[in-house]
Amino acid sequence: MTSTHRRIRVLVAKPGLDGHDRGARVIVSAFRDAGFEVVYTGLHQTPEAIVEAALQEDADVVALSILSGAHMTLLPRVKGLLDESGLGDVLVTGGGIIPETDADSLHSVGIGRLFGPGTHTGDAVAYIREWFASSGRAST
Amino acid sequence: MSDLERAGSLAERCAAGERAALARAISVVEDRRPGFRELLAQVAARGCRGHRTGITGPPGAGKSTLAAALARHWRGAGEEVAIVAVDPTSPYSGGALLGDRVRMAPLQLDRGVFIRSMATRGAGGGLAEAVHDVIDLMEGSGFGRVLLETVGVGQTELGVAAAADTVVLVLTPESGDEVQAMKAGLAEVADVFVVNKSDRPGARALARQLRDAVGLGRRRQGGGLDAAAAGDGTLARTPSGPAAVTTVGERAGALAEEAGAPGWIPPVLAAVATTGEGIAAVAGAIEDHRRGLAGSGALEARRIARAQARIRAAVRAALEAHLGRVAGGGGFAEAARMVAGGRETVYEAAQRLLAAGGILSGDEEP
Ligand code: B12
Ligand SMILES: Nc1nc2c(ncn2[C@@H]2O[C@H](COP(=O)(O)OP(=O)(O)O)[C@@H](O)[C@H]2O)c(=O)[nH]1
Ligand SMILES: [Mg+2]
Repeated sequence: MTSTHRRIRVLVAKPGLDGHDRGARVIVSAFRDAGFEVVYTGLHQTPEAIVEAALQEDADVVALSILSGAHMTLLPRVKGLLDESGLGDVLVTGGGIIPETDADSLHSVGIGRLFGPGTHTGDAVAYIREWFASSGRAST
Repeated sequence: MSDLERAGSLAERCAAGERAALARAISVVEDRRPGFRELLAQVAARGCRGHRTGITGPPGAGKSTLAAALARHWRGAGEEVAIVAVDPTSPYSGGALLGDRVRMAPLQLDRGVFIRSMATRGAGGGLAEAVHDVIDLMEGSGFGRVLLETVGVGQTELGVAAAADTVVLVLTPESGDEVQAMKAGLAEVADVFVVNKSDRPGARALARQLRDAVGLGRRRQGGGLDAAAAGDGTLARTPSGPAAVTTVGERAGALAEEAGAPGWIPPVLAAVATTGEGIAAVAGAIEDHRRGLAGSGALEARRIARAQARIRAAVRAALEAHLGRVAGGGGFAEAARMVAGGRETVYEAAQRLLAAGGILSGDEEP
């Protein structure tokens, strides 16, 4: 009785005081339609709450949607707390309004690809699938 | 490390209250990963048992909000609470949207609460196949209260009853048609009825309908929901908050001996999960029911029935897997061609496959 294939579990969250949730909803639906198990936590999540939810849900991926402009503080904070909680191998990715130069410095602290306006959801799905396949998680 | 050793250390870390270990253990069990049987055996050996409350009802009735409110109530009493929230897997993609945490946000940082979302992954009854095992893990990790949220009220969706000690059915003033449709079976379905969203019109009418269906009409002594509801059909604010249809004493008095269930008459309670009104009464009814079960020996009977259903399911799954290995896709496909071509009946094919699998000898009837 072995499972056919391992489902990818993605936690989608909106950190901070940011009411723009259209993009997050689009992403959530796309991820579900791609066969992911998507845990959506809703608006106004603190980094602490996001990391605790990722821990309880044993998420493979934490996907953050942020359009408020506070990404330079909130995203590194989420990544830092994940590392502190022993979840350093969880992929942190995301999207929203994040200028290119900011994205570069976010990558340098271990955050994965970030997707801006006009993103084809298929690109984000493919990115997560590829990461998952190469992460070694598929066989755990 | 062997599967057994790995399972042992994971079980130990769970018992020590390590939340990441419980989270990982749940995944191991949910995915049926190597070592999951050993893990469950290690956890079962600890013999931790709590009380399992199932919360079911139609989508949007307020199950998640009620679960969060109940969890807060029990946290106030110093209890640790684990919540499993089950949502449906999409039959098209195999993916799932697990959105129950949105309503549970206030509990997110409380270390005495552990919330896990699960997808049904194709299991029937609105219940994920592994949900029982997941609850075992939570109890083995020290959670004395487990809340299980599932979707649906249709007859096939009521598998929740099998997994819980106490089943709460959440309805809203808009649920009239559903109540009508399942009138006859309603009382067998749940141990506690909650008319949630009683801040909206129609709560009184629904409660009356429920009360009739459950057979409370005859027993109502004064008070009741007619008194609890204001003329406009919304809930009246009595000094103690929304009133219960039956009092605690009435419910306790109703605990007579009766076949199967211990003569429990399911109370119908009004609540507003978003504000917490009526939640104490719901928690009280769950506690009354738990006590009634324990006192009458029905709790043990429920556990035995639950174990029996789980064993049957495990045996069935193992048999099918075994047959699949022996007959292989080819064996089944060949048999299907024979049957479709009229060269063999379905029963002959089944018997042949069972015999090939060593489950039946050639001349034995299935
Ligand atoms: C619609 C909108 C609103 C709506 C939001 C409705 C809602 N419920 O979402 C309303 C009117 C409420 C609103 C309000 C405000 N807004 Co506004 N809003 C927009 C607008 C025009 C479009 C956003 C949108 O919904 N796009 C459609 C969705 C589908 O696209 P998306 O969110 O970009 O998501 C895509 C990608 O970014 C990516 N993606 C996004 N998240 C994720 C996550 C993951 C994991 C992945 C992989 C990909 C991904 O994939 C998605 C699909 O392609 C943008 C401008 C713009 N062109 O982006 C401004 C904009 C975001 N808003 C802005 C501002 C300033 C505000 C207000 C502060 C305005 C004010 N002063 O009142 C308020 C704040 C509200 C709040 N509480 O936070 C600014 C933000 C500036 C900044 N970050 O520096 C923008 C950029 C406008 C601007 N140019 O100034 N807004
Ligand atoms: N007016 C009102 N709304 C409620 C009440 N309880 C829940 N809700 C709302 O009903 C919606 C669905 O609630 P949710 O708990 O997600 O329902 P579920 O699908 O059964 O889990 C949410 O918007 C809640 O805020 C209530 O008592 N009164
Ligand atoms: Mg829910």
